[in-house]
Amino acid sequence: MNAPAKFETTLKDWETDQEVRWCPGCGDYAILKAVQRTLPQLGADPSNTCFISGIGCSSRFPYYMETYGFHTIHGRAPAVATGVKLANPDLDIWLVTGDGDGLSIGGNHMMHVLRRNVNMQIMLFNNEIYGLTKGQSSPTSREGTKSPSTPIGSFDHPANPCAFALGAGARFVGRGFDVSKNLPDVLKAAHAHQGAAFIEIFQNCIVYNKDVFNDFAAPKGAGDRQLWLENGKPMLFGDPKAGFDKGIALDRDTLTLKVVEATEENWEEAGVLVHDQTDRTIAHLLIEMPFGPFPMALGVLYDDPRPTFETAVIEERAKSAAGKEANLAKLLGKGQTWTVEPSEGHPTD
Amino acid sequence: MATQAKDTPQDTAPDSVVVRFAGDSGDGMQLTGGQFTLSTALAGNDLATFPDFPAEIRAPQGTLFGVSAFQINFGSREINTAGDAPDVLVAMNPAGLKVNLDALKPGGLIIIDTGEFTKRNLDKAKYDVSPLEDDSLAKWDVLAFDISALTVEAVKPFGLGNKDALRCKNMWTLGLALWMFDRERGPLEDWLKNKFKNKPEIADANIAALNAGHAYGETAELSGPLQKLHIDPVEAEPGLYRTITGAEAISLGLVAGAQLAELPMFFGGYPITPASAILHHLARLKEFGVTTFQAEDEIAAICAAIGASYAGQLGITSSSGPGIALKGEAMGLAIMTELPLVIVNSQRGGPSTGLPTKTEQSDLYQAMYGRNGDAPMPIVSACSPGDAFEVAIEACRIATQYMTPVMLLTDGYIANAAEPWKVPDPDTFEPFPAKFLTEKNGEELLPYKRDSKGARPWIKPGTPDLMHRIGGIEKAVDTGHIDYAPDNHQAMTDARVNKVLNVEVPDQEIAAGEAGGKLVVVGWGSTYGPIRRAVDNSRAKGMDVSHIHVRHIWPLPKNLGDLLNSYDNVLVPEMNTGQFKTVLRDQFLVDAKPLTKTSGQPFSIVEMEEAIDKYFDGIPDNEGGQVEVNDTQLPSSEQ
Ligand SMILES: Cc1ncc(C[n+]2csc(CCOP(=O)(O)OP(=O)(O)O)c2C)c(N)n1
Ligand code: SF4
Ligand SMILES: [Mg+2]
Repeated sequence: MNAPAKFETTLKDWETDQEVRWCPGCGDYAILKAVQRTLPQLGADPSNTCFISGIGCSSRFPYYMETYGFHTIHGRAPAVATGVKLANPDLDIWLVTGDGDGLSIGGNHMMHVLRRNVNMQIMLFNNEIYGLTKGQSSPTSREGTKSPSTPIGSFDHPANPCAFALGAGARFVGRGFDVSKNLPDVLKAAHAHQGAAFIEIFQNCIVYNKDVFNDFAAPKGAGDRQLWLENGKPMLFGDPKAGFDKGIALDRDTLTLKVVEATEENWEEAGVLVHDQTDRTIAHLLIEMPFGPFPMALGVLYDDPRPTFETAVIEERAKSAAGKEANLAKLLGKGQTWTVEPSEGHPTD
Repeated sequence: MATQAKDTPQDTAPDSVVVRFAGDSGDGMQLTGGQFTLSTALAGNDLATFPDFPAEIRAPQGTLFGVSAFQINFGSREINTAGDAPDVLVAMNPAGLKVNLDALKPGGLIIIDTGEFTKRNLDKAKYDVSPLEDDSLAKWDVLAFDISALTVEAVKPFGLGNKDALRCKNMWTLGLALWMFDRERGPLEDWLKNKFKNKPEIADANIAALNAGHAYGETAELSGPLQKLHIDPVEAEPGLYRTITGAEAISLGLVAGAQLAELPMFFGGYPITPASAILHHLARLKEFGVTTFQAEDEIAAICAAIGASYAGQLGITSSSGPGIALKGEAMGLAIMTELPLVIVNSQRGGPSTGLPTKTEQSDLYQAMYGRNGDAPMPIVSACSPGDAFEVAIEACRIATQYMTPVMLLTDGYIANAAEPWKVPDPDTFEPFPAKFLTEKNGEELLPYKRDSKGARPWIKPGTPDLMHRIGGIEKAVDTGHIDYAPDNHQAMTDARVNKVLNVEVPDQEIAAGEAGGKLVVVGWGSTYGPIRRAVDNSRAKGMDVSHIHVRHIWPLPKNLGDLLNSYDNVLVPEMNTGQFKTVLRDQFLVDAKPLTKTSGQPFSIVEMEEAIDKYFDGIPDNEGGQVEVNDTQLPSSEQ
């Protein structure tokens, strides 16, 4: 139950007096600003907002937000946040995690917070590296990533965070990147979603994994490499100023996606798909689209709410307690009892 | 008792009797034991029970490892343990006989269902020759007859299949036991009718079996070793009583504790034997403001509880050794963020998976020292099912008053054992309402500013204008900001240690005996019963021995050191390799000697008495020497 948009704040109101300790140029700065810019637009109340994180560079985030904040332990933020939400369902909870924190040590908790559908926004900062521990490869590092622990290149297959989230049962999956001007829109959609909203945010670790996302995130030629999804709109990409020139269509024989030539004028004939954010199957295909032959799918990939965990817990508690009296004396004396009268008893020793 | 029952007229009933029911885990032995316990309690006897069942859910029928047993000690005097050696063994199959025979008192009575002593079952129990046909049972009185056939006969009118008919065997046996000890059948009939509400024919068949067993007693009394025996009620404080297991008592104590703190309870758990029972109990008590959360693992269970405490509820988590190990890092987080939390450890045999269904006290080091960093935590321990109730309240009190996680140590024995419990009156409990900070406590908010007890304020997220950040990184004094400065870490480490050291705990009392003397036996947890009895027995023989039972493991009572130093010798029996002994040596420089046992079974009174005897060389008015200890526990050069 995210609080209704009411509060008048400015970006400044969300900044703390703590010195920000990320490396200069780290993508985390941009994400922090995007969040601090978004919250006033949501009319959020700092007193009712709580940022909960695990451990990692990304997880330092709560210290820089003038809200309630809990910097927990490595990987366990989803579990802590679940307890917080169950104890106070009115709190507006933002979870901050990294690719190591959320998918390696905390993968299990991530899966369960998503499948349970605990109402909160989950921002996974994916820099495809372990930043805080000085640059080891992570579960999202691309094959061949050279790092102190993989000196001649990593050889394990990376996980796709959004595919993981969808597979775990997430009802909201969004994607953005640190410096993208669209990030606040994805955050707003996540906030509006009732339930666990998973947002993968590609984040540039300029020290240990510099510019790995430039292939699609670099401003130059971005139109060809980024597919920003909008509900009800055709999946067109290319140069927006030129009215786009490509689209995503479904090959109905192989049930795979394909890139077709299409414009704002002829996309329907070209068979370009219209984004239906409640279509789980297409969401899967968009998430798994290999970058290179395809653009990177960004924005709200999937959004189809379902009752939240905390609502179910409250209902179960009410159902279970219905008609029962909370009388401690009666509870203690429940079951088959007997009374020893003052004069009774036959001591034998 | 059986010998006595046969040879002497029944004018001098014993003041206590130990009965053990043993059979296949599919024979319903735990149920039989449980119902016999209830009838014993209703008859006004004091009692203690020891359910002992296999780790396998459905162990192959008839096998030695599939044997399930339930022992009960009851009497007209105070009962402290489930009894050393049974007077009566009810063996429902050859495996049950084989596994439990050694425990039986010489001259004791064995009741055997010959219907189960088939070639196949004898093979499974690894008997070459039927023990009924050689003289291997000569030491005991044996009452062997075909309970299976008699049961089938008794339930014939109800048209059950052979399998269902045989299932009534345990009720037949219970009927016989009720006859033996002169018990009412009424409550049991009511219970059966209620249990099989929707299957009245099953209820009727079971009642018929019960009655048939009872009637058999009447007839068999005429000849053979079977005699009726009436055990008088124990002298007990007047009041309302019920039976209670440790797991129930802890659940109720936690509910009471949360109510006294005026907080909703959040309980995070993950299934594990023998801790699950607490989760199961609490899941049915939602009307008391209880939320139960079955997490994805023990780490999530404690983390969610920490989250709930952070948000202003009383977070509680519970597990056993392996799960407690997983919670270690999160306990550190609760210590660092100074949030209230109760962690219940129902200890079992370890290490690793160890002995899931057997008892041990071997997680004391884990509780004291099992975390990274200087991570002090108050620890309380329960000594019996009834005591567990009070200890659970105490844990809630310390956690909320001092803003700290608290470890409650109980064990598998206490969790499953039942005893009569005088139902307490909640109006007599002292409330300890939790307080929350609602306004700034200084010019600026100081989330780590301590009160006179050393506790920081509890600030719920959602409180207007008290936004602040907490976490596992070292906090600056008062402000709680991140601070790695050397002086600050020193100051905060000291503050955390001192806060816990200054937790107010009652002065140590002496359970039996007096301050000063030749020997004191010091126990904690579930060894209370056997120590209590053994010390009483030894004192009755004239030995100068006292008993101290420690409930507050950390911090230890302030007077404990002086008290221990007032004795010539200190003996510390434990179901581990000597962990509390080491703590006492460390804290008080006393020459505490261990008496250890790690067989998964509780101490017997005899074992305790022997250890005390060794000290006095078995001579009551002997001056006494050094405490002798069992061979296995002192490091020797050969090891
Ligand atoms: C239990 C535990 N194991 C290991 C660590 C060390 N550690 C801290 S952060 C981290 C990985 C962080 O990677 P990621 O989640 O991707 O965050 P980033 O720093 O890249 O933002 C590790 C392994 C720890 N703090 N706790
Ligand atoms: S190490 Fe990388 S992720 Fe961490 S602060 Fe520096 S740039 Fe950012
Ligand atoms: Mg990372």
